[in-house]
Amino acid sequence: MTTVSTPPPVAHHHGPPTRFIQKYIFSTDHKVIGKQYLGLALVAVTTGMVLSWYMRFHLAFPDAKAPGLGLITPEQYLQLMTMHGTIMVFFVLTTAPFAGFGNFFLPIHVGAEDMPFPHFNMMSFWVTLTAFLVLVTSFVVPEGPALAGWTAYAPLSAVGSGSGPGEGLGQTLWAISIAIFCIGQLLGGLNFICTVLDMRTKGLSLARLPYVTWAWFITSVIGLIAFSVLLPACILLILDRVAGTSFFIPAGLVVNDRLLNHAGGSPLLWQHLFWFFGHPEVYIAILPGFGIISTIMPAFARKPLLGPRVLIGCMAAIGFLSYTVWGHHMFLSGMNPTSAMGFSIPTLIITIPATIATLLWIGTLYGSRYRFTTAGLFCLGFISVFVTGGLSGFFLAQPSIDTYLHATYFVVAHFHFVMAVAAIFGIFAGTYFWFPKMFGRMMNETLGKWHFALTFTGVYGVFMPMHYLGLAGNVRRYSSFPAEYMGQALPLHRWITVAALFTGAVQLIFLYNLIRSRFAGEPAPDNPWEATSLEWSTSSPPPFDNFGGRHLVVSHGPDEYAVKGPRGDYIMQADPP
Amino acid sequence: MAKLFAVLVAFITIVSTAIFVAHTWWLPPDISVVGPSIDSQLLETMVAAGVLFVVSQFTLALFVWRVSDERKERPIRRFPGGATPLVVLATALVGIEVLALSLVGSKIWYNTFLAPVPANALKVDVQAGQFAFYFRYPGPDGTFGTPHPDKIDEGAGNFFGLDPANDIDARDDIVTAELAVPVNRPILLTMHAKDVSHSFYVPELRLQQDFVPGLVIPLHFTATQVAKTEIVCTQLCGLGHYNMKTYLEVMSAADFDKWLKDQAAQQ
Amino acid sequence: MMRTFAILGVALLSASAPAPYMAGSVTGTITFTGTPPKMKPIDMAKEPSCAKQHATPIETENVVTGPNNALQYVVIYVSAGDQGSETPATPVHLDQKGCQYIPHVVVMHTAQSLEIANNDQTSHNIHPLPTKNPEWNKSQPPGSPPIVTKYENADFIPVKCNVHPWMHGYHIVLATSHFGVSGNDGTYTISGLPPGKYTLTAWHEKFGTMTQDVTVGAQPAKADFQFKATPY
Repeated sequence: MTTVSTPPPVAHHHGPPTRFIQKYIFSTDHKVIGKQYLGLALVAVTTGMVLSWYMRFHLAFPDAKAPGLGLITPEQYLQLMTMHGTIMVFFVLTTAPFAGFGNFFLPIHVGAEDMPFPHFNMMSFWVTLTAFLVLVTSFVVPEGPALAGWTAYAPLSAVGSGSGPGEGLGQTLWAISIAIFCIGQLLGGLNFICTVLDMRTKGLSLARLPYVTWAWFITSVIGLIAFSVLLPACILLILDRVAGTSFFIPAGLVVNDRLLNHAGGSPLLWQHLFWFFGHPEVYIAILPGFGIISTIMPAFARKPLLGPRVLIGCMAAIGFLSYTVWGHHMFLSGMNPTSAMGFSIPTLIITIPATIATLLWIGTLYGSRYRFTTAGLFCLGFISVFVTGGLSGFFLAQPSIDTYLHATYFVVAHFHFVMAVAAIFGIFAGTYFWFPKMFGRMMNETLGKWHFALTFTGVYGVFMPMHYLGLAGNVRRYSSFPAEYMGQALPLHRWITVAALFTGAVQLIFLYNLIRSRFAGEPAPDNPWEATSLEWSTSSPPPFDNFGGRHLVVSHGPDEYAVKGPRGDYIMQADPP
Repeated sequence: MAKLFAVLVAFITIVSTAIFVAHTWWLPPDISVVGPSIDSQLLETMVAAGVLFVVSQFTLALFVWRVSDERKERPIRRFPGGATPLVVLATALVGIEVLALSLVGSKIWYNTFLAPVPANALKVDVQAGQFAFYFRYPGPDGTFGTPHPDKIDEGAGNFFGLDPANDIDARDDIVTAELAVPVNRPILLTMHAKDVSHSFYVPELRLQQDFVPGLVIPLHFTATQVAKTEIVCTQLCGLGHYNMKTYLEVMSAADFDKWLKDQAAQQ
Repeated sequence: MMRTFAILGVALLSASAPAPYMAGSVTGTITFTGTPPKMKPIDMAKEPSCAKQHATPIETENVVTGPNNALQYVVIYVSAGDQGSETPATPVHLDQKGCQYIPHVVVMHTAQSLEIANNDQTSHNIHPLPTKNPEWNKSQPPGSPPIVTKYENADFIPVKCNVHPWMHGYHIVLATSHFGVSGNDGTYTISGLPPGKYTLTAWHEKFGTMTQDVTVGAQPAKADFQFKATPY
């Protein structure tokens, strides 16, 4: 690719903020915004995990009193489940790997001082935080939070408190929160796209962008389209709930002995709108992980990524194809069965770029001089769990098999492996890799390795058995299992609960490591991992304008390892040609 | 640490594959005409996925093991052939598998959901509502009465909102809480939802279909063995979703006729 | 002298105190004419733990008849002429057993405590559908303590279990403590009524309401009601 010859546009020359509020609260500094997002994600993931502990406790011991909650009623279980899913998907998986690390590092990766619209960026965080607070408020309203699942299918989510507890104000707050969240993501995504296209420093062609930067770019484009559809869908849902409209509610419904006076709506319309967003959303959750693994593995393998252009092509293909597959969530939904085959084929085809990417990572490992740091280990763990999660998708992509496996624990196993495990491993890898750069201190490697080993074992212990439950026909979203044929599954549920509580407890090691290292970790050098991209060419942490007034010129690709360079076996992007 | 990881990966792979192969938790025996084809599709996918699972996890473990000694000085080696053979392999392997599975799978899908219903199918009307299934047989006149949502009175047992006072066809409708069907006869269910979305799932029939408010969805199947199995709801419908279930009883034709007569007497 | 005053005092006191032994009552029999609908057996297939508690299935209870065309579960209460009443301190009990509300119709005074127990192995979800009181909806897992609640306003409240669609009953909330409910033989009694003229209202969940004036004196008054039954 040709090198860029015109000098980059300079965003703004604003001096560093001095007041506390501008420095730490309403900051326009992308690095602060990134850390704010990561902080929000940390609070969210802790909340989401505690909710899942209560869920697992109830499933294993349905008649026991949960600490702090007492006997969990069926609606409480569904409320825990809905909030668990909503918080994890939106406020953890869409924030941390994308808005969190992305905001911090994207401008640095392109050699810029900041993003082109810093105030939009600041707003995007505060809007996202507002969305989180609105959602959390639903815990304290009279009928409690929503219980229709993170997927909020209509009419259950649309008819209001007539349909039962958990369908009152909490569900309206859910819809409002998600609508606000969409706005936040649109503001943020805009910045990412403009930064990559317009703010690259001299010499940084698109071909020389770090893979994770490519991932953030593609994710932003996906997000712009996906969130633009979810936002109006949520607004229509709110209108059905409060303004008497009937977008999703047909005529003749009798809910709790009352004939509703809605007419003309379609429950399937909600599903189409939701999944048109929902499927790209899961790729929004995983693509930054692809990018993180592709960026980190070469640094620890000490060799370039195998097939760089292929990898970027795979990420772009996945991004594009993600818009063609949404109906695979709806094979049995009542939509025309013929369309099921139309959705199944691209779903199966998406396996191809995902498989290729996995093979490229494994091929990068081959013949490497791998440094098994915690970040490096999480990359390898990512490969293992992504393979597992991807393979279960292979079953669900076929409508004739989905007829049996739909809505069973097989689906729960699948999406947890790819999202709750693989995407989270991507976040862990990114954390251990970038923590020194962000905070100027090293994390403790011994604690990190314990964290990795125990978590890797734990997540297989939690989620692998769910495949067996699914094959036996164990249905998901059940607060307990009175059906006779499901009784045999109870021992397996108990095992899963123990594994889940164990794995949750292990995360305390990570939390402790984070907090302790933040304040008492070893001071970090500029480039502790001997990596090549532009963030390692500046101090740890970077100065306010990222490079201390320098305008770096890029003369190299993002993973020039295994070459003779001025410092050893690598050449950094900003090194002379 | 690296060697431990490699061993862990191998161990987890072996144990989990063994449990799959041992069928410790597995599908119940199928009792449906489409069952065998679905099961063979599932098995083929499982074998393909299983092989890929074992090969890729073991390859990962092996490669990790081979580079696990960080102290050893070894030359960096590029994967033989570079990225191209991997791209070709992935595309060919996955592509062929996708093609095969889609071709076979679409036939099965057609048979389950798109094939025309045989003329001698027994018609049963099904209503799903929070939180039970109710079934309706047309009675001797062979026609269903019209359901009126505003006349539903569950406390009086009028789950379908029938109006026998004014609707003659409704007078001999037989409403039941369980689905009984004669064996080896096609059954045509007409599914409607009273309040929110529900779903009909019978693992032994390998059959599942959502109920969608506002739509009447036809679903047909033929049971091949006398059996009593459970029907459960699989579409989240509110707090009682976990307990929304009933039984499917596949009976001999004679037993079914007797059952239907008994039910008619209780209307 | 002191003894005379004492006797006079007692006589005066006893004359001014209320005389409960003088209070009257109303009894009657509730019957129907015409053909009532057939009660249908309830198939509790979805809840085996309840189904097995009934050797023969129980029947729907919206119209329960007894011998000689008696009509059960009719609530007869004083709708006019009452001097006002206090909310009793003792709670009213409602039981959920065998996936059935026992009793089918439970009557209470406004603001009187209602205790609802779950004696089944399954979760029930009590959902009253009031028009003059706030609606509520509560799950009661097996083993949880009774739900204690009350209604502030007079109301005729259909109640359903969200989980078990056949479970229906009524919570009748009255502003008077003078009421009775007809038994399976159709008879009822309202006692503790000071002498006077009253209007009685009889309410049945399907056949509507009827009123009748009655005068209560030294002897128990009689007030029968006859509802028109229809098959549908």
